[in-house]
Amino acid sequence: MKLEEEKHVQYILSVEKRSNDLESLVMDHLKLSGAYWGLTTLHLLGRLSSVDQDRIIDWVLKCQHESGGFAGNVGHDPHILHTLSAVQVLALFDRMDVLDVDKLCSCILLYVGSSSDVAGLQNEDGSFSGDMWGEIDTRFSYCSICCLALLHRLDEINIEKAVSYIVSCKNLDGGFGCTPGAESHAGQIFCCVGALAITGCLSYIDKDLLGWWLCERQVKSGGLNGRPEKLPDVCYSWWVLSSLIMIDRVDWIDKNKLSQFILECQDTENGGISDRPDDAVDVYHTYFGIAGLSHLEYPGLKAIDPAYALPVEVVDRIFIGK
Amino acid sequence: MHGQPRKPARIEDAAVSTAKAEALRNLQTQFIHNHRNQIYTDEAIEVSAKLLEVNPEIYTAWNYRKLAVQNRLGSVAVPEAIKAVLDEELRVAEVALKQNPKAYGAWHHRKWVLKKGHSSIDRELRLLGLLLKLDGRNFHGWNHMRFIYGLKNVSEEEELKFSTDKIYSNFSNYSAWHNRSVILFKLLKEKAVQKEVLSEEYEFIHNAIFTDPDDQSGWFYHRWLLNQTITPENVLLIGSWPINGSELVLSTDRNNIGCTPVFLTSHHLKYVLHTGSLPIILYFSQPLKGLNSSTVTVESILGTNGHLDWRPVSMNNSGESHSWMTYVEIPDLGSHDAKQTFTVNFGNSEGIISTNCSSCIYPFQFQFTVDWSYTGSEWTERNVGAEVVDWKDENFNSDTLPHDLSDVLISLDQLRISKDNEATFSKWHLDTLSNEIDLFRDLSSDGSCKIANLTLARLLIAKDMVSHGFPVTGKRIHSQEVLDLFDGLMKMDPPHSQYYKDEHSLVLMDQITSDKEKLRKLCTHYRMPSSSSHAQYVCLQLNRLSLSRIGFFERLLWVQMLDLSHNEVRSIEGLEAMQLLCCLNLSNNKIRSFSALGPLRLIKSLRVLDISNNEIGAHSTDSTRYTWPSPLSHNTEEYMKDVEQTAHWEAILLFKGLILTQLDVKGNAIADESLQALLPRVLPTLKWLDRVEL
Ligand SMILES: [Zn+2]
Repeated sequence: MKLEEEKHVQYILSVEKRSNDLESLVMDHLKLSGAYWGLTTLHLLGRLSSVDQDRIIDWVLKCQHESGGFAGNVGHDPHILHTLSAVQVLALFDRMDVLDVDKLCSCILLYVGSSSDVAGLQNEDGSFSGDMWGEIDTRFSYCSICCLALLHRLDEINIEKAVSYIVSCKNLDGGFGCTPGAESHAGQIFCCVGALAITGCLSYIDKDLLGWWLCERQVKSGGLNGRPEKLPDVCYSWWVLSSLIMIDRVDWIDKNKLSQFILECQDTENGGISDRPDDAVDVYHTYFGIAGLSHLEYPGLKAIDPAYALPVEVVDRIFIGK
Repeated sequence: MHGQPRKPARIEDAAVSTAKAEALRNLQTQFIHNHRNQIYTDEAIEVSAKLLEVNPEIYTAWNYRKLAVQNRLGSVAVPEAIKAVLDEELRVAEVALKQNPKAYGAWHHRKWVLKKGHSSIDRELRLLGLLLKLDGRNFHGWNHMRFIYGLKNVSEEEELKFSTDKIYSNFSNYSAWHNRSVILFKLLKEKAVQKEVLSEEYEFIHNAIFTDPDDQSGWFYHRWLLNQTITPENVLLIGSWPINGSELVLSTDRNNIGCTPVFLTSHHLKYVLHTGSLPIILYFSQPLKGLNSSTVTVESILGTNGHLDWRPVSMNNSGESHSWMTYVEIPDLGSHDAKQTFTVNFGNSEGIISTNCSSCIYPFQFQFTVDWSYTGSEWTERNVGAEVVDWKDENFNSDTLPHDLSDVLISLDQLRISKDNEATFSKWHLDTLSNEIDLFRDLSSDGSCKIANLTLARLLIAKDMVSHGFPVTGKRIHSQEVLDLFDGLMKMDPPHSQYYKDEHSLVLMDQITSDKEKLRKLCTHYRMPSSSSHAQYVCLQLNRLSLSRIGFFERLLWVQMLDLSHNEVRSIEGLEAMQLLCCLNLSNNKIRSFSALGPLRLIKSLRVLDISNNEIGAHSTDSTRYTWPSPLSHNTEEYMKDVEQTAHWEAILLFKGLILTQLDVKGNAIADESLQALLPRVLPTLKWLDRVEL
């Protein structure tokens, strides 16, 4: 099987345009993350120019709250998940200049003993909340760290505490959960490994132990699951594969079989990629499928960075400046 | 979207879908309006409940309900009324979780309500019991359970019993095994019960593995138990240079910027140090931080070196490292004996921290002597850098090597520096491992059970280590069997063959480096084509061994010339510990990027490097992009200060700061004209690039 590039481009563009059917309504509250998935896919396919950049940026800025954080859509509440998506979308367009960086960062930073009544998202123990309601999860550690790094503001949080909280979520299998004691899960592992990669602290990971757990996520069909004894799913092509790449153990799986599995999950008629063969497609799995194929060096796709989840050329532009 | 079948759009479906969409849009519009205007009437709150019933993932609606609760609680004071408000929230969350048991927002909402302390915890536990009965793998449920246990101060024994019951009802429940490990981790901290607990757990895990060996639920738990069994409680010194009891013959040559390899005249190994100072390298079994001049002192006839600067041989931001080194100033020789004794004293471990080990490290002490009488003059004119090092086979000769290389190779025994620095294993350890080996040998006897073979291999490696003690090494009795097991696994489980291949390579490295005879056979003389016969390098030749991975560097700290060519090496992680390394041949391997060579950035003694015929630049995915510090990983100051912004930034990052005289890069996709032009600028000391004199 081969990658149906053109059909996937058309699929993404069609999703971007429609807003009234059931599928897009169900996703309405996380439209900003949806935009990030779709636009990154287009970038990897070399087709980012197919969208109206100015219109999208206008809309992204409308999602910003007075606290500095971004909501999943206009009318919703700000959350770190969507704040990262907003920064990533602007990074894709090389338009981070439109951001009020001070304002954005102020919603994440820790204010210990400060008189400010705006509490930041970082907690005393180094963990991060997703928003003012205090749900704590290593996903939010990753989002905050990734977001601040992209804005060159990582020094403004307590990195040492942030790292030690993530390390405290490490399990017997070398993986990570959402809080200390929580079971390892590939999505969560990506977040923790990603955060440790960005902070230069991968040495805290037992790479051989985690690598073995991760490579055993590959099942007979070639696909990857997210936990032992679970079904394979295209989105884990991203979570597992990125983690394996960051810890330099990606050769421990069969890359050809995984490529085949992802390609089999394509809707070859209408475009888009689903979680498993013959399931309904969506933008989320289309992105993770294409991003996975990019990791697998599928010909014609641009390279994606395993930690920042942005095209390599975008990340290099931000950090190397070329 | 997960698990929804892809189906062609049928007209009747479209009608239903349109109606549903219409209803959802109305609810969303009303909800957003209410939220924006802070309307908390019964009707408005009911809209959010309906919305969450349809889509429990709309996080803003949960936020709205919390605001509504705060609003209502502001006007009620009677406990019953408060409870009624909060119970309604639990009900809405319950409905949502029935619709989607993985809705993060619903779970967090429940927690938020329960923390207020007006709700029945027993009811919560009953509900959770039901939920975990329906899906024993719902990690939200397990997390919630730990949260409730915390609220209720449930004892570890009771928590353990819950996981035991869950496991007995279904051995294939990874979540339950995981939860068990979390509790046991706390229990195992109490050393008195360790052996008893571990023995029981081995018995217990056999239920899972022997019921269905292909089910992964027990695999990782067993490996964890094995690690708990054999990992020494303390951090140990497992390698050093110089080594305990060694007699070094040294010469200092402050003017010589060339290479300074171990070399031989007749039967003595001699070193020439070009820096004017003596390196001391320590290698520990766990990464440590906090070594400094008050924790480690070096004494000699000249007194105590009070201000030694101990540096981690690592680049990570954690500050922890397996390997630490310092330089001791070489004294002015005029007024002293040529032979001097140095004592390295690790006396005070306060302030030394290891993430992996709570009880840290015992004091230790070791000694070596240095003979300065050697002048090194015949060497200086022929140092590396004076002529090209050629890795051709005919330049290496093993016949002329003295049989006794004890100065170097004795290190394997000399780690017996003190009783405290040895992990001694009891009869219980040996019996436990023997018992496990018997069981898994049985299970693997039909030859098709992957986990049986893999576990057996791990057990045999452990047994070899435990029977010698640690870090003292000796012949690996089982290594041939282990190598055969990994060979078999490669055939049995092709998708993971590279994993077994890497393990295979490590076993081979262990076998070679723990056996003096084997190691000696791999040492040769390097003779420069034009030089006279009496001065030569000692080269360790690990070429053509089909190694995909290298390791056990703590036993190779003395090596100055290393040939790793014609292997399948993709990563040289750990090689940075070889701080005396001067000539390195990595040609004809599978190195894929300059960043994969990151460890070389720390080897300041390196002069000659051959990385020709690798795969640098041939791949768009770089799995070592984050292994070493770079501007991408929040470590810009020290390493990137003046790096030009170019397409070859990774090459610049690697070579800047190295003092290479000879470099071979040809045969890599990246080695184009622009790189060839760049390298002499980044490496001003370079004399030969791809054998062409610059
Ligand atoms: Zn999925």
